Amino acid sequence: MAGRRFSRRGFLGLAGAAAAGAGAAGAVALVTDEDDKAAPASEVVPFHGPHQAGIITPAQDRLHMAAFDVSPGVSRDELRDLLRDWTRAAERMTKGSPVGAADDLLAPPLDTGEASGLPASRLTVTFGFGPGLFDRFGLQHQRPAALRTLEALPGDELDPDRSGGELCVQACADDPQVVFHAVRNLARIGRGVVTMRWSQLGFGRTSKTTDAQVTPRNLMGFKDGTRNLIAEDTAGLERFAWAGDEAPPWLRGGSYLVARRIRMLIEVWDRASLGEQERTIGRVKSSGAPLGGRLEHDEVDLHARGSTGPVIPVDAHIRLAAPATNHDMKILRRGYSFTDGFDPELGQLDAGLFFIAFQRDPHKQFVAIQRRLGTTDHLNEYIKHVGSALFAVPPGVRPGDSIADGLFSA
Amino acid sequence: VAESFGGLDPSIDARVNDVAKGDPWTGFHRIEQALWVKHTTNGMDKIADKLLADVKQLESKVQGLSYQPEELSNGANGLLDEVSASKITGEEDRYSHTDLSDFEANVAGSQTTYGLLAPALREKDEALATRIQQRFDAVNSALADLKTGDSYPSYDTVDKAQRRKLSQLVDALAEPMSQVASKLQG
Repeated sequence: MAGRRFSRRGFLGLAGAAAAGAGAAGAVALVTDEDDKAAPASEVVPFHGPHQAGIITPAQDRLHMAAFDVSPGVSRDELRDLLRDWTRAAERMTKGSPVGAADDLLAPPLDTGEASGLPASRLTVTFGFGPGLFDRFGLQHQRPAALRTLEALPGDELDPDRSGGELCVQACADDPQVVFHAVRNLARIGRGVVTMRWSQLGFGRTSKTTDAQVTPRNLMGFKDGTRNLIAEDTAGLERFAWAGDEAPPWLRGGSYLVARRIRMLIEVWDRASLGEQERTIGRVKSSGAPLGGRLEHDEVDLHARGSTGPVIPVDAHIRLAAPATNHDMKILRRGYSFTDGFDPELGQLDAGLFFIAFQRDPHKQFVAIQRRLGTTDHLNEYIKHVGSALFAVPPGVRPGDSIADGLFSA
Repeated sequence: VAESFGGLDPSIDARVNDVAKGDPWTGFHRIEQALWVKHTTNGMDKIADKLLADVKQLESKVQGLSYQPEELSNGANGLLDEVSASKITGEEDRYSHTDLSDFEANVAGSQTTYGLLAPALREKDEALATRIQQRFDAVNSALADLKTGDSYPSYDTVDKAQRRKLSQLVDALAEPMSQVASKLQG
């Protein structure tokens, strides 16, 4: 199979040929590089680069993220083989190609097929490594100091079935079937070597990660991520997002991913008055302007006072999350709205924000901010943190290399 | 494979919801329900006689059959798929909760069937044969861990984490098993 290339469009024809006669299938299986470029260039996000795609890539509309544990008895070589196979599969899928052929009637097709005919849809696949991985495989000395399981934070109500993990895959694209296909096929390739620990679908982005994107609204109906760290802010990214010399060499140019499944108490929020909602967030719901301001991007004035106290209340979310309140710390947020349908126990919608943030040091950044938010944020009346995970995200991959090669060669 | 014996499969092995309205419900699960739910053997003598006759008929039919390698590998796979699809959920033995014994029998059947193909597979793809053997070992050892003496605990005492582990081990085994037919052909 190595060396053959298939486009999803070519693959459709191929599947038909295979159905018509297995003998003929091999002959039509070869397609050229040109077919691979069938997806418009604007829909392909390059997989290779100094940083992994899916961090400062303009946030796509859909998410499927999954965490995995490595099975007992798996050797270091088997783990490396999996990371190589995952890298090759991600290279293909992000170009809009299937992971492999469907030309053998006696074997299951190498690609599951549901993304055939769909464009690449700006698919990115981002890999991460959890704290538990390093205690095995003789990797203890490679474990970054900052990669230690997040401590219990105020207000946490974590479900172990939705937390942790030794490996993660974050798939983002503009098409829900494309992200599902990516995670499904990687899970399948890993079967027997890794087991899935949790998985989360996200249906709408809640952050902008470039200046050109409009600020989306989260499920509370408010604009989210107005002051996010964005791709154009290269100095900010160096300072707050990319791991530097403090990290072991294999991780430099990478980052740390914090994922938090934040359940919104939708029914409670929906019966809060508009004034209460705006005081909770600290912004005007319609315009997104900070309280006391007129436009979304107006300066957030934490010192402004009205007749009854601060214009932006002391427990408002944007005050407590503001860099000025957090020793100028910033994080790159890249979360998604989610719903897993209905909670049969409570008879309520199971929905909220699947918070994802990238940062250079999760303890100095996310934990420090969340410690403050978890204690005093007015928003806590309306949310619960029910899942939590931390992963070190290696730098990008060069063509021919595999993800985190540096972790194993050192 | 079971389907190739026509009416014998449903008359031996049907669950109550598999039986069309108006048709008689016979076989193991009918007796299972009588023993574990109704706590009586009343009316079961005819069912037991029919079950014995059906099983004897099955046995004699099996003796005269021969199978192609592809059918054997599909059979080995099918037994594992059955575990994934209906045994791991506890729906197979819903009255007696003896699912782990069924589970073990399916794995043993799969391993026996695969064993007929293993020498040929080892010649074609040693790594695949080794992987399948390792994963049979992993499933069998997880089952053995649950056993006390020579019996399994009631399946309703097997918790979510244990069920998930068994399910994932069977999936890990069935994935390489699904490659066998093609490898033997190639």
